[in-house]
Amino acid sequence: MLELDDIQHFLIARPPALAARYEFLSFRSAEGAQDWLAGILAKVGTAQAVGSSQLDSKWVTIAFTWNGLKALGVDDESLASFPEEFRQGMAARANILGTTGANHPDHWIGGLANPDLHAIVVLFARDAAERARCMREHQYYISRCEGVELLSSLDLEALPPFEYAHEHFGYRDRLSQPVIDETGVEPTPGSGPAIKPGEFFLGYTDEEGEPAGLPQPEILSRNGSYLAYVRLEEHVGAFREFLRQHGETQAQQELIAAKLMGRWRSGAPLVLSPDKEDPELGADLQRTNDFAYAEKDPYGYACPLGSHIRRMNPRDTATNMKRRKMIRRGGTYGPQLPEGAPEDGKERGIAAFIGCASLVRQFEFAMNVWANDPNFHELGNERDPFVGTQDGTYDLTIPKRPIRKKITGLPAFTTVRGGAYFFLPGIKALRYLTALGERSHTRGA
Amino acid sequence: MRDYGKSIEEAVKVDPFVLAPLKLHYLRWVLFDVGSGLHFMYQGIFDTDFDKYIEDAVALFNKTGISTVFMNLEGWPEDWKTNVTAVISFFREHQCPSFLEYGEYPFVSTTEIKKALKLKAAFSNMLDQMQ
Repeated sequence: MLELDDIQHFLIARPPALAARYEFLSFRSAEGAQDWLAGILAKVGTAQAVGSSQLDSKWVTIAFTWNGLKALGVDDESLASFPEEFRQGMAARANILGTTGANHPDHWIGGLANPDLHAIVVLFARDAAERARCMREHQYYISRCEGVELLSSLDLEALPPFEYAHEHFGYRDRLSQPVIDETGVEPTPGSGPAIKPGEFFLGYTDEEGEPAGLPQPEILSRNGSYLAYVRLEEHVGAFREFLRQHGETQAQQELIAAKLMGRWRSGAPLVLSPDKEDPELGADLQRTNDFAYAEKDPYGYACPLGSHIRRMNPRDTATNMKRRKMIRRGGTYGPQLPEGAPEDGKERGIAAFIGCASLVRQFEFAMNVWANDPNFHELGNERDPFVGTQDGTYDLTIPKRPIRKKITGLPAFTTVRGGAYFFLPGIKALRYLTALGERSHTRGA
Repeated sequence: MRDYGKSIEEAVKVDPFVLAPLKLHYLRWVLFDVGSGLHFMYQGIFDTDFDKYIEDAVALFNKTGISTVFMNLEGWPEDWKTNVTAVISFFREHQCPSFLEYGEYPFVSTTEIKKALKLKAAFSNMLDQMQ
């Protein structure tokens, strides 16, 4: 059984928060960092509590980079037992991830490519006012912890209308999430079977069998997960301009938008509704995920082979899918650009986390093969329209009868502004980290 | 060693596409004697990125029994089923890179070839029906 009282709530369930703040920290002293962690530990939300209580001030999530574990005083042997990709950090994996050109770590902001990035603290809040209170409280707390510095921060807010989650381009979000086995949650039709906990939490059976090769000591790795964090700016002005260029009428523009995503903005999938928007279908969780590609749409006449959802979840057209599942978290940041308003040059986008047990097998595979391999599905010269690295040299083929439509030189609708690999420890592991010095007797009085 | 060949033959007979995830152009298993005893050579040309798909390959090895041939090799990692990094290292360490390669159909994947053949058959079928 999942040890819910020892797992941070972050990947298990979302608290009812409409706002959040990410704070990126740097530690100048191991003792100061441990004291900071010890003092905030009681506010970290557990998976057990998330299902049972109201939103209160206990919704803090804490994760560390490899450099952060080192700065906390984790010993060399233990540090070396973490997998290579986590030790290197996301910035060093740019070639594998395909974050090149404008997406390259050289251009990242907020100090995220900097080895001084040691931890992230996610403060969830009911609304922006509550968030301001949490921020002030944490600011005051940090100021009293010697050697703990705020590197940068990011404020997040859900976009209205709040009835359903969506991002700045207007697409409904959070439609496809894996269900974890043993949590008692029934997967919605089409979402595939529940996935073994070991695919997301260290120390449990995964889809291949018993866990192996976990970081040591066990108390540090057990009930932990890896998080890939990506801050993805969305160029809403450029996106809307693109739709106008490729569609004369509103209906044509909506169709192009749907072809890029593989779903209409309501979330209704093209495979089930190829010709027209269907908001009712989009909102019906029993139906909106209930489709596959191999039989129903092998050539992409409904949902283009290169569309976002067909790349990021190829369903029955890829092998070993149970080992590629990821839990997505995160939200939107920046002001909403009103419909019809010109681009205002302000940064807006999504700041997302991918939770998994293997950054290589799950996250990096998706970025390398699904998002950025130009020849994915034998497409030849295409990348994911939203999360692939676009520089105006790739295409998008929209299969159509009698003649397909090929859009050449797809512009970049997004830019990666930062990213990092974090380890999200269990509660006992957090406690273990607060007492490292005492164990190795290196800590002064 | 030859028994192992039979097990693969059997697996392909049961499911003709069992090896498809590996995106192979071909695999060859050769036993030969160059005067110093019997040698074994395993040669494969495939389209996928080795590091990226090795997990899929290991899963497939388990399923089809292809693994048995590797398990008899010296230095094959004992924890190969769970330690993909060790399997990658083993292949990397024992792989002899070719000093020259020639492709009659360069930069074309097997999937594309299979699609082209399917298209040819469909076109041919269409012409027959139009008579």
